[in-house]
Amino acid sequence: MKKVLGNKKAICLFTLPAVILFTCLVFIPLIWSFTYTFFSGQPGLDFEFNVLDNYIRVFTDKTLRTTLVNNLIYVVVVGGMQIILGFLIAMLINFGVKKHQNLVRSLLFIPVVLPGVAVAQMFLKIYAITPQYGLLNSFFDAVGLDSFVKAWTGDPQTAMIALIIMDIWKAVGMYILVFYSGIIELPEDSVEAARIDGASTWQIITKVQIPQLKPVFRMALIICITACFKVYDSPVALTGGGPGTATMMPSMYMYNTAFNYGEFGYGSVLALIILLECALFTLVVGRIFRNKEAE
Amino acid sequence: MSGKKHIVSRCISIILVVLLLVIAIYPVLWLILSSLKTQNELTLNSAFSLPGSLNFDNYVEAWTTGNMGSSFVNSVICTAGSMLLIVVIAVPFSFALVKMRWKLRKRINSYVLMGMMVPVQVALIPLFSMYNTMGFTNSRIGLILIYTAYSLPLSVTLLTGFFESVPNELIEAAVIDGCSIYQVLGKIVFPLMTNSIMTVLTLQFMSSWNDLIFSQTMISQPAKQTIQTALIMFNGSYGQVNWGPLFAAMAIAVIPTLVLYLFLSKFMIRGMTAGAVKG
Repeated sequence: MKKVLGNKKAICLFTLPAVILFTCLVFIPLIWSFTYTFFSGQPGLDFEFNVLDNYIRVFTDKTLRTTLVNNLIYVVVVGGMQIILGFLIAMLINFGVKKHQNLVRSLLFIPVVLPGVAVAQMFLKIYAITPQYGLLNSFFDAVGLDSFVKAWTGDPQTAMIALIIMDIWKAVGMYILVFYSGIIELPEDSVEAARIDGASTWQIITKVQIPQLKPVFRMALIICITACFKVYDSPVALTGGGPGTATMMPSMYMYNTAFNYGEFGYGSVLALIILLECALFTLVVGRIFRNKEAE
Repeated sequence: MSGKKHIVSRCISIILVVLLLVIAIYPVLWLILSSLKTQNELTLNSAFSLPGSLNFDNYVEAWTTGNMGSSFVNSVICTAGSMLLIVVIAVPFSFALVKMRWKLRKRINSYVLMGMMVPVQVALIPLFSMYNTMGFTNSRIGLILIYTAYSLPLSVTLLTGFFESVPNELIEAAVIDGCSIYQVLGKIVFPLMTNSIMTVLTLQFMSSWNDLIFSQTMISQPAKQTIQTALIMFNGSYGQVNWGPLFAAMAIAVIPTLVLYLFLSKFMIRGMTAGAVKG
């Protein structure tokens, strides 16, 4: 037994390809990224050790500040709306739909699986005003809300809203699913006990079910934090970060800095900031929920 | 009274659900319908109108101009290649991690799992210089390796979860019957794991097919582009005025996913949820 399950040759054969692939393409670049942060220029061309210049630049970089603010607005609104809508719609499906719950859920999940780039290009046409009206402007035109007919993605005032609406549309199905699975797993006796005690439906939802769903809310928050902080595909394909820097996100700024301006060192610092953001907020969420559970 | 209230609330919920379904699905339907319209129908008729006939000219034009055809083929190659490679690499690896007896297995497991918490962006810049010095940019094999490596942590999580549910007695019995370790994996365990492998495969399909950032970074030759990068280029150079071919190009990018979802929604949903929860 030991001979077969401890077969050294087989273990090497089974594990080495995976370990080598992971080490070369994920681990080494990751570690390497930190050493890049102390250099300016491009490796092989004009790579120079510049001590902490890249880190100092972070504090005076106005574009970075804009992208971080954009990102924060995006995370709060998109994340908040996804969680609230996801929860409400999951409740609606659970209590309002008698037959075909699975079908409804699967249909609402379709936007989640579609390629982000194709979705963004599609929304570009939905928001379009020239050469002809897209779906949204046609709708406003048809119902007589002419003041809403505008170039949604071309105006700095509305570009962020356009991006946010699109990403809520794209991902809310995921949160519906997460909450729905949480709701159907709730023990039924606590709801019944509350009902016998004379609690109203509203009280059952707020006092019994929501507290029981706390782990699900925590999971949903972590999903949206990790997804929203590094958002890249959708703003690139919808607005390209524009107009100006109205919808520019840190990940795009990092990409442009490294690959369009050839500043690999500063780009790596920006990448590090994205990593820290994700880690920090995940930690905060974990902390908040742990304290509440301890109470 | 309460019966009436009940009927009203049921009607409201049905209306809301139907409204939600329309919001979720109509844009996709609109995209497909618009891809079948002629340029005249697109400019003169309302956006809500149906195409007058089944007209596939837009698809022909999208396929032959702006690299959509070649990039579709590239994406198919890269996606299929990474789907094959992830199974070949991750299944034996997870098997060895859970069922075989060796010292470092716990450490190696957490080493690979660490990869789940790393945003792609952090490794992207050194990865590019590495590929650049090795002459690995503009290579489909290079992309397949990246897609596989970055899906590895999640696939391993799913597969080790499966292997933990396989009773040790089953493997021990096979070993006592004289099976070699390769026979245990290939003949005893592998046939049991169709569900897990389907989940891993659909997940790999979506991460490779939907990828933008890697292909954008590693591929500069238009002929080697994958479909999502080509779609952005296509819109930039042809799509501003000629909506028909652009809608067809988008449909080309979306239809494989839709078809797969039609048949494998269960696995896709499971895979996507597991993918989202990571980190």
